[in-house]
Amino acid sequence: MAYLELDRVAKQFGAQTVVDDFSLSVGKGEFISFLGPSGCGKTTTLQMIAGFLDPTRGAIRLEGKDLTAIHPAKRGLGIVFQSYALFPHMTAAENVAFGLEMRGVPRSERAERVRAALAMVGLAGYEERHPRRMSGGQQQRVALARALVIKPSVLLLDEPLSNLDAKLREEMQIELRQIQRTIGTTTILVTHDQNEAMSLSDRIVVMSQGKIEQIGTPQETYEKPASAFVSQFLGKTNDFAGTIDRTVSPTLLVAGSWRAPAPAGLGGPVTVSIRPERIGFGDTGLSAKIITRIFQGNHWLFQCDSECGPAIVIRQNDGQAQPAEGDAVRLTWRPEDMSVRARADA
Amino acid sequence: MSAAAEERGARAPWALTAPALMLFVGVLLIPLAMTVMLSFHDWGQYKGIEPVFILKNWHEIASDPYYAEMFWRTFRIAILTTLLTALLGAPEAYILNRMSGRWKSFFLLVILGPLLISVVARTLGWALLFGGNNGLVNKLLMSVGAIRSPIPFMFTETGMVVALAHVMMPFMVLSVWAALQRLDPQIENAAMSLGAGPMTIIRRIIMPQIMPGVLSGAIIVFSLSASAFATPAIIGGRRLKVAATLAYDEFLNTLNWPLGAAVATLLLVALVLIVVGSNALIERRYAEVFR
Ligand SMILES: Nc1ncnc2c1ncn2[C@@H]1O[C@H](COP(=O)(O)OP(=O)(O)OP(=O)(O)O)[C@@H](O)[C@H]1O
Ligand SMILES: [Mg+2]
Repeated sequence: MAYLELDRVAKQFGAQTVVDDFSLSVGKGEFISFLGPSGCGKTTTLQMIAGFLDPTRGAIRLEGKDLTAIHPAKRGLGIVFQSYALFPHMTAAENVAFGLEMRGVPRSERAERVRAALAMVGLAGYEERHPRRMSGGQQQRVALARALVIKPSVLLLDEPLSNLDAKLREEMQIELRQIQRTIGTTTILVTHDQNEAMSLSDRIVVMSQGKIEQIGTPQETYEKPASAFVSQFLGKTNDFAGTIDRTVSPTLLVAGSWRAPAPAGLGGPVTVSIRPERIGFGDTGLSAKIITRIFQGNHWLFQCDSECGPAIVIRQNDGQAQPAEGDAVRLTWRPEDMSVRARADA
Repeated sequence: MSAAAEERGARAPWALTAPALMLFVGVLLIPLAMTVMLSFHDWGQYKGIEPVFILKNWHEIASDPYYAEMFWRTFRIAILTTLLTALLGAPEAYILNRMSGRWKSFFLLVILGPLLISVVARTLGWALLFGGNNGLVNKLLMSVGAIRSPIPFMFTETGMVVALAHVMMPFMVLSVWAALQRLDPQIENAAMSLGAGPMTIIRRIIMPQIMPGVLSGAIIVFSLSASAFATPAIIGGRRLKVAATLAYDEFLNTLNWPLGAAVATLLLVALVLIVVGSNALIERRYAEVFR
C-alpha cells in the first residue's frame, strides 16, 4: 500500500484553479521530486501536504489515515523552507532542539540528539552559532537538521538549494541524497531545476499549470517524455516535423531526407524528438549546416540549420576532429533514441 | 591627480555640506549653547537677567525637593506612557500585520490617521470627554447613575498618561510594525510544523524577534513623552507640572529665564543620557536579531 497518497487533490484560490486532479502515491522511503516551471503549483501542493493550506477537493492520506483532518502542528512532518525560516534569535543548537522541546523530549536526550543531528549535516562545532552568522549553505544544513531531528514521517523540501551557488548546490545535492539514503526518510523535493530532480530522485513528478504531466523515474521522463512539455522541460531536445507513410511497405518514417522504419501504431504527421547528445554526424540523414560551434570543455555544442528547422547537437569531446562552422553535415540517429508523437498542429 | 585637484577633492565634501552645516549650527547648536550659558546667569525680580556666572539656579534645583518631585513625576508619566503604548501597541501591530490586504491598509490608516490631527485637538478631545462635571462621558455615566462624582481625569497623572499614550501610540505601532516586516513570512509555519501551538509561537518565536522594535519604539515614546508639552499643559495645567511645562512657565510667566534654562538643560541632559544608554544596552542585548 502507498505510504503517502494524494487522491485527486485540487486547490482553488477564488476562481483560479492552481492545482487540479493531483494524484500520486509515494512509497515508504521513496525520494520524489515535484518538477515544473515557476507558478505551476509545486509549493501549493507541498503546503497542502504540510497542512498550511487546505485542499479544495480530494484527499491526502498517510498510512491510510486522512491527513487533512490533523492539525499541521500534529502531523509530524519535517519541512525545509526555501528561505530556511530559521529562528534568528536562537543558536543553531536551539533551532534544532525546538522541535524536540515541543515534543517534551527530556533535556539530556535532547542535547544528545541535537548534537547527532548537527554532526550528520556536517555542522559539529557550530552549536552556539546564530543563523545570521552562518553562510547560506550552513543555514541550509541547520534547517535540514531541524527538520530531520524530529524523525519526521515525511520530509518536505521546498527548493532548499535554490539560494546556493552552483558548486555548493552540487555538494549539497550529493549530501542530501546520502543523508536520505542513510536514514531512509520518505522525501518530497520541490524544484524547478531539472538536473537537481534527476540526480536526486527515485521518481519525478513533472507538473505544468497545476496538472501532472508525467510521473516516472528520471530515465523514463528523460528518455520517454509523455508530452512535448516534458521533453522540452527536461533538458534540451530537438523536435522535427515528420510524416509516417503507410502507403509503402514496410511503412516508413520520413523527416526531411532522414528515413527509418516507422514505429507501430502511428500514421500521418508526427513530431520526432531526439536529444542533442543522441545525434551524430554521418554520411546519410538530415542535411544541415553548422551555424555556430561552441566549445564547453567536456563537450562541443553545435547549432545547426537543418531541412527541418534549427537543430542542436552535442558531441563528447573525445579528441576526434569535429566539423567546423559553415560545414555542411548530415545528421543521423538510431531509431530507438527518438520518441515519436502524433503532431497536433497538422 | 595633481596636488591642487587633490586639495579641491578633499575640500569638496565640506563645501557641499557647508550650507546644511551652517543651518545646523545656527538654529540648533548656538541656541543650545546659549540656553546652557543662560542657566548660569543670575535673575532678580527687579533687576532682570544679569550675565554673570553663578550656580544659583542649579543649586536651587538640587536643593529644593519641589524640583526633584517634578522631575520624578515627569519620568514616571513617561515610563507609564511607554508601558501602556507597548502593552497595547505591540499586539495591535501584530494583529494588523496578520490582517489581509484591504483591511490591513484600512486599519493602518486608522492607526496613523491621528498623526494628521494636531496634538492639541486630540488632547482637547479627552478634556471634552472627561473634563469635570461637563465632560460628555462623565455626564452620561452620572445621569445613568453609574458613578456619583465625575471620574477624575483632568489634572491627574492618570489622565496625562492616557492622553499621552493616545498621542504616542502610532510611533509604537509603526516601530513594532517595522520589526514584524523583517520576520520571515514562513517563520510561524516553521514553528508550527515543529509542533508549536499558537501561544508558544507568539511567546517563543514572535516576541523575541519583535522585542528590538518594541524597545526602539519605547525609546521614541519615552523621550517624546518626557519632553511633551501640549498634552501635559492641557491636562495638567498649572496644577500638575512636568519639566516641559515648568520650563515654559519660568520663561513666560515668572520671566525667570535662567531658572527655566536650567530646568530645560537638565531635562535635555537626562533624556540624552537615558536614550543613549538604553540604546547601547538594547543593541548589545539584541545584536543577533539586529544584524
Ligand atoms: N494565496 C494565494 N492566493 C492566490 N493565488 C495564489 C496564492 N498562492 C499561490 N497562488 C497562485 O498559485 C499559483 C501556483 O503557486 P505556487 O507557489 O504553488 O507555485 P510554484 O510552483 O511553487 O512556483 P515557484 O517555482 O515560483 O515557487 C501561482 O500562479 C500563484 O500566483
Ligand atoms: Mg514555490
